[in-house]
Amino acid sequence: MSAITSPAPSAPPVRSKAFGLSLGVLLFRLRALIALFVLIGIFSILTPAFFTEQNLIILVGQTAINAIMAVGMTFVILTGGIDLSVGSTVGFSAMISGLLINRGVEIPPLGVALYFNIPMVIVLCLLLGVIVGAFNGILITRFNVAPFIATLGTLYVARGAAQLSNDGATFPNLVGRPELGNTGFPILGAGSVLGIPIVIWIMVVFAAVAAFIAGKTPFGRQVYAVGGNERAAELSGIYVNRIKMRVYMICGLCAAMTGLITASQLVAAHPAVGESYELNAIAAVVLGGTSLAGGRGTMWGTIVGALVIGVLTNGLVLLGVQEFWKKVITGLVIILAVVLDQLQERFQQRLALKRA
Amino acid sequence: MNPAELDLSTPTNASEAVLVAEKVSKRFPGTVALDGVDFTVYAGAVNVLIGENGAGKSTLMKILAGVDQPTSGRLLLNGVPVEFKSTREAAQAGIGIIFQELNLYPNLSISENIFVARELTRSGVVQHRLQEQITAELLERLEQPLKPGMLVRDLRMGQQQIVEIAKALSQNVRILIMDEPTSALTAAETEALFRIIADLKANGVAIIYISHKLEELLRIGDYVTVLRDGKLAAAAPARNVTVPWMIERMVGRSVNAPRHRIWTKTNGHQPVLEVKNLSLPRVGGGFTLENVSLTLRRGEILAIFGLMGAGRTELFECLMGMRPEASGEVLLNGRRLQHETVRERIDLGVMLVPEDRQRLGLVQKLSVAQNITLANLNRLVTWFWLSDRRETAEITAMIRSLAIKTSSPKQSITALSGGNQQKVVIAKSLLTEPRVLMLDEPTRGIDVGAKAEIFEIMNQLAEKGLAVLFVSSELPEMFTIPDRVIVLSKGKITGEFLHDELNEEALVLAAGARQQTEHPVPAAQPS
Repeated sequence: MSAITSPAPSAPPVRSKAFGLSLGVLLFRLRALIALFVLIGIFSILTPAFFTEQNLIILVGQTAINAIMAVGMTFVILTGGIDLSVGSTVGFSAMISGLLINRGVEIPPLGVALYFNIPMVIVLCLLLGVIVGAFNGILITRFNVAPFIATLGTLYVARGAAQLSNDGATFPNLVGRPELGNTGFPILGAGSVLGIPIVIWIMVVFAAVAAFIAGKTPFGRQVYAVGGNERAAELSGIYVNRIKMRVYMICGLCAAMTGLITASQLVAAHPAVGESYELNAIAAVVLGGTSLAGGRGTMWGTIVGALVIGVLTNGLVLLGVQEFWKKVITGLVIILAVVLDQLQERFQQRLALKRA
Repeated sequence: MNPAELDLSTPTNASEAVLVAEKVSKRFPGTVALDGVDFTVYAGAVNVLIGENGAGKSTLMKILAGVDQPTSGRLLLNGVPVEFKSTREAAQAGIGIIFQELNLYPNLSISENIFVARELTRSGVVQHRLQEQITAELLERLEQPLKPGMLVRDLRMGQQQIVEIAKALSQNVRILIMDEPTSALTAAETEALFRIIADLKANGVAIIYISHKLEELLRIGDYVTVLRDGKLAAAAPARNVTVPWMIERMVGRSVNAPRHRIWTKTNGHQPVLEVKNLSLPRVGGGFTLENVSLTLRRGEILAIFGLMGAGRTELFECLMGMRPEASGEVLLNGRRLQHETVRERIDLGVMLVPEDRQRLGLVQKLSVAQNITLANLNRLVTWFWLSDRRETAEITAMIRSLAIKTSSPKQSITALSGGNQQKVVIAKSLLTEPRVLMLDEPTRGIDVGAKAEIFEIMNQLAEKGLAVLFVSSELPEMFTIPDRVIVLSKGKITGEFLHDELNEEALVLAAGARQQTEHPVPAAQPS
């Protein structure tokens, strides 16, 4: 009895206010997740075709492509950088997969072409993505080029290389030939395990591994530290340049994976594939609450961000909204996300100021 | 009826109360930063506000300057209740504030900084020449040999502080809040500031002055208000106040001077760190450090005393391997250090607690716990991930042994007071198990209680056999814990004293020592 009456009379208003504030912060942090549920709710009401198993699988499959890229992008943005070259890397990787499957590696003096089996093709293309990322990393760490400029340059270089790889033409019909032992490429994009498309499995694995790396490994912690305060990180013995190199390499790898999936889904490699994908990836990262200034954000947020974009695109298609309006709406959502990001930054700064 | 007359708690004399805070409270989730505080600001006087970090000084100042609004209570400006919703509104009422953390744009010039957001324009065009002229007059008043067109980036910390002061002066304030204005100033700059303050006082400006340098406060203060734990602890005219009185009111107990350990060369005489003829060339000729040699032994606390610009910070940077252009020899446990990176030096047992906590010491976006383990992540790995269990164990042990006050290890580092933030940086350094711990101005901007704690931590580390090297520009600190003091002036060692040989005069003399004439005078300050 006495325990119940013990709180001072002035305590309840203070507590409710404190609770209100922290609830506000919580809702603000979870804004992407809330937006996702709201969107799902709205589309489910507006069109019965939306909330069906079949459509949801399609939706998540479409999202996966963006999400895998966005996972790599999150690492880069967490260090305070940006990678504009991922869209071109997608195209480059797709074209190289097409080249390896349809034409192989020609060795001129012998007049023969070397063909690889599909796992080898995948490994080589991923390696290519890592190399593109390393190129970005070298420009940024060794030559002190601003990430925006360095990766903008790579955007053109990699796209040009993709077009050069087949004189601007498409590699069609990437089914391989049994006598060369390189069949099976389309399974990557079209196959499924336990009734769920492989693409979704890949997304889940990438997201889980990335979340683990970001949250549980020294490397992940160092990524946050570099983005939060580069000089303090350096004085704590963190090899800042090494961390930066690695995040761009991871980002390149994720982009290359996306390129492989796209080529496999189309059963063809088109040199323009992946154009402006970088913007979708950045949008997903920002929607997920990662600060463009670096040092703050999560992988799960990014996945939610990618899902928001996926749901939006899918829902608007089902509703029969005109393509042009779709662009306007998607753009407005991205703008809203950046505005909210800024608001949150300000909000947290004020909170920190007040606490000081 | 003038409500200001009701304020009987504060001793009054001829000065009039220009600004009164009545029963002001400020609550944040989980904490009460200010609890019914009365504060009276007298015109034409220096109103000193003291208290330990976290006592509520900054919160009170933010309320007065319009940064924050009180949860309850009110402000009276010349007897009229006022509410400031923003700093702009407070500024319009004549209240200016010089923040402890500098709010300058390093990429802009001094005059552009002073007139930022209120540029003098004629038909929309900024009158740069006029701005620079006014700036030049201000700088002259502050006795600074700076040019209005210089970029703030190129200024020393102390000079930047001067710019911040000039900016406040340019706004014709009636009430000027100064939060630790002298923490980065040299003695001469401080004197110039004090003359300005006297000048402002004579013109009827009310100064609110916050500082941790208690002697300084007694020199210039007229009224002293003490806050403790968000409450008013005491208020009295400065003439009735002594340093022990202030400390007792601030801390709630009397603080003992840091003890001096008994250290003799016999209980630990092997040299850990030897520096031989270390020189660091300066851009544009001359040397920042010239032929510096010193030996640091196991269990010894060696202090380096010197004024701003003496090369103290640069010495530490050389030892951390951040200055590849340095020449000379550095031996750690007899092993010569040459091209080791910062990481390699940390692993060998050298660690630095930097002077600028915010820029170099902490990652503000990480938690207390994450900051503590930042330099030591690789040792906390099991398989290939960070072991939660081991990390938590190390963190709780550190928080306990250094008595870091934090509501939880997961708390944001920015929520801690300056003293506790410093302890976090020290904790981070200790986890690397250093053999030589270097601390650059370890007590800068932290309160008396925390200062004593930091010194005691250093004492205990030395007793465990660590070699401690610390730098300070505060003379009184030389008489506390160091076993030996080396004086640095303009990059050269100009004096060395054992604890027993210390005397104030000799230290000051050595610190101000001029370069010998044989040294080629670099083409300094072309006038």
